[in-house]
Amino acid sequence: MAELAHGVHRPRSFIARYVFSTDHKVIGIQYMITAMFMAIAGGALAMIVRMQLAWPGEKWRLLGKMFPDGVEGDIMKPEFYLSLMTMHGTIMIFFVVSLALIGGFGNFLIPLQIGARDMAFPFLNMLSFWTIVPACLIMLGSFAVEGGAAQAGWTAYPPLSAVGAAVPGSQWGQTLWILGMALFIASFTMGGLNFVCTILDQRTKGMSLMRMPITIWTLFISSAIGLLAFPPLLAAAILLLFDRHFGTSFFLPSGLYFGNGLLPNSGGTPLLWQHLFWFLGHPEVYVLILPALGITLDMLPVFSRKPVFGYRLTVYCLYAIAALSMIVWGHHMYVSGMSPYIGEFFAIGTLSITVPSAIIGVNMIASLWGGSLRFPTPMLFTIGTIIMFGTGGFGGIFLGNATSDIQLHDTYFVVGHFHLMIGGVTLMAAFAGVYYWFPKMFGRMMNETLGKLHFWVTMPAFYVLFLAQHFQGLGGMPRRYFDFDKFEYLQKVAAANLHVSLTAFVLGAVQFVFLFNFFWSAFKGARSVKNPWCATTLEWTEASPAPHGNWGEQLPEVHRWPYDYSVPGAAEDFTPQTAPATVAPVTF
Amino acid sequence: MERRSGLILAIVIWLIGAGVVMMGARTWLPPLASEHGAGIDAMINFTMTATGGLILLGHIVLGLFVWKFSRQDKITFRLAGPRMERRWSLAVALLVAAIAEGGVLVIGLPVWAKVYDTASPANALIIEVTTEQFAWNVRYAGPDGVFGRADPKRYSLDNVLGQDPDDPAGRDDIVDLNMIHVEVNRPVLIRLRSKDVLHGFFLPHLRVKQDSVPGMKIDFWFVPNKTGSFELACAELCGLGHYEMRGVLVVMTPDEFRKWKEEKRNG
Repeated sequence: MAELAHGVHRPRSFIARYVFSTDHKVIGIQYMITAMFMAIAGGALAMIVRMQLAWPGEKWRLLGKMFPDGVEGDIMKPEFYLSLMTMHGTIMIFFVVSLALIGGFGNFLIPLQIGARDMAFPFLNMLSFWTIVPACLIMLGSFAVEGGAAQAGWTAYPPLSAVGAAVPGSQWGQTLWILGMALFIASFTMGGLNFVCTILDQRTKGMSLMRMPITIWTLFISSAIGLLAFPPLLAAAILLLFDRHFGTSFFLPSGLYFGNGLLPNSGGTPLLWQHLFWFLGHPEVYVLILPALGITLDMLPVFSRKPVFGYRLTVYCLYAIAALSMIVWGHHMYVSGMSPYIGEFFAIGTLSITVPSAIIGVNMIASLWGGSLRFPTPMLFTIGTIIMFGTGGFGGIFLGNATSDIQLHDTYFVVGHFHLMIGGVTLMAAFAGVYYWFPKMFGRMMNETLGKLHFWVTMPAFYVLFLAQHFQGLGGMPRRYFDFDKFEYLQKVAAANLHVSLTAFVLGAVQFVFLFNFFWSAFKGARSVKNPWCATTLEWTEASPAPHGNWGEQLPEVHRWPYDYSVPGAAEDFTPQTAPATVAPVTF
Repeated sequence: MERRSGLILAIVIWLIGAGVVMMGARTWLPPLASEHGAGIDAMINFTMTATGGLILLGHIVLGLFVWKFSRQDKITFRLAGPRMERRWSLAVALLVAAIAEGGVLVIGLPVWAKVYDTASPANALIIEVTTEQFAWNVRYAGPDGVFGRADPKRYSLDNVLGQDPDDPAGRDDIVDLNMIHVEVNRPVLIRLRSKDVLHGFFLPHLRVKQDSVPGMKIDFWFVPNKTGSFELACAELCGLGHYEMRGVLVVMTPDEFRKWKEEKRNG
């Protein structure tokens, strides 16, 4: 028992406890707060983007003072706009949603929900977090270098991203982007490896795989996809670095002409980058969206007081989505110059993902059937997630189809679609998760009134904002345009930009209600009881917040699946996973 | 309390569903001006109708469940058996497979195959478009039907396409900037090249989009079937002038086109 006693021992010093901590709960919260910090940065970039689109050519005195190079004479330059949208995308995808869902919830929940004392490799876990911190600083700092932050889009397609003369941001900004991404991938690989090992190896007695909450399933599968998909991007990023600084030609063909001179490169092709990038890029959206779906499916039983519908099939569907996600990357490249015959394969493959996705969607709605619904803030956001997943998912049928994608590719339809999916679904679910697990993190409840205000502004605003962009895209409005004044055919659809921007400002502003609620409640919120939601999963059998080492002398023993709500004959309408069959019948 | 929340939420869900369908029912696509575009529009319209129906149905059902089951304090249905789960999943799988896979196989890919897997008709007008930051360089072969030699090594500010002045085949070539003139109802074959970065050849009214890639020569064709001027936009991020990389496709009657060519050659 020496090992166990050591595990329970709580570090004394402030630094070991809260800064360089190896406790998965602290690391999870560190990830989450880092994600919130980066969300403020990434959100601010989006707001500046929307300012330009609402009032092109307007003078911005404050911005002119903050960014004298990018907003020269108080007027925004197109290259600065490209930095804004490039870094908004990069930060939101990799440094907000990935950090919050995978780093935050993954670290916080995995040991607590499978009955482990900590991650399999606590030191690696700490290292993973502290690798992210410099990555964040490098990304933010890249705005300060000459030429500004990267400007080639979050997809960083060469030659734009490979040749310094192509765009000002491809001087030092793009190099820093590559370094930041490399650190991110290193961190994610450490984290992902840790997640997979922990889930496979550290489950407590009785916690068979088919007794795991779906959140854990999704984190497991997401980590596995991430581990397979991220290394190729790292390789690609290193090749790009070589093309940029050491004269190689992986992505650069002969005949490139910049600034009245021919480049010496020859033999490479820009399409190679696109393949490598999307080989990661597409699985990455599933890495993000699966945990969101997991959280949603785990929230539904708690607030409907009945088991989730279709647990087994959901798990099979998750596997199917994971497998398919690895072989459909080419649907981002239908009109890229890739062979059209391969396009046909990717179209058929991509659209087959609708089948497992739709089954999961219907399982969510069906989980409500016959339940006794309650609507505290986490449940409201859960319903919001389902709405976004439905509408956003159907948008994917347009884009996965090569034929309709000819018209819609690189238009605002794509922008609207991925914002609903990897913005809306993931953030709604993350909010639901924060409101729900907050008492587990801090022993206090978040304020319900503020939470409801947050939901009732966020959900409709998010939906209207990005639905509108779908229609602008159908009207042929190309993405990544600094302004839309140059084209006659765009005048009608682009007129909506003002309204879209105003909605975006409302959406941005109301997030401060959430941030205030989070930090205020962490110190001043009402004290929570041990199991405030009357939930069945393991984390609620321990004190809130859980002690270092999570469990007392004995690890918990699991006797049933996580959804034994309203078991016939049981004393209460929830039966914890630790309750043996003698207390209430095991129903699954 | 739960009843009131449930009802409000349900009403919002229904409004969202109705709103999406009302918006989707409006005309959004730019007016069509090409032959194959009808197939692309059919694909988009089919998907709009099918997903619009599913979105409406989904929101009605979700709202109904939210409203109905917020009104009961005790659950009325608990756990579905494996058979029931499988049956529901199968029904859903078949429905969306029919819409998504059925749509792409029956409506989508035949159009795709016509656009990309079929050689252009013999009478096609061949036009070379070479993109650069931030312009469309357009070249016609002239009466001999042969393009003169061009080589990146000769690129200069005066010779943007790197044409060889000694090649007799190139003497009658017509070179133009940001303007593409074509004949109505005659197939157009675009031979797309790029000098620097990726660009995207996007004719929204003709449902044409193709990236240009340095190091590659990409051929594609379409048949404009309406006369008039149609804007050409860059669809692939190409740098700080991306938003103003505008061109115009002028679709003319055969007579007008002949006159234009003569003027161009004489001027």
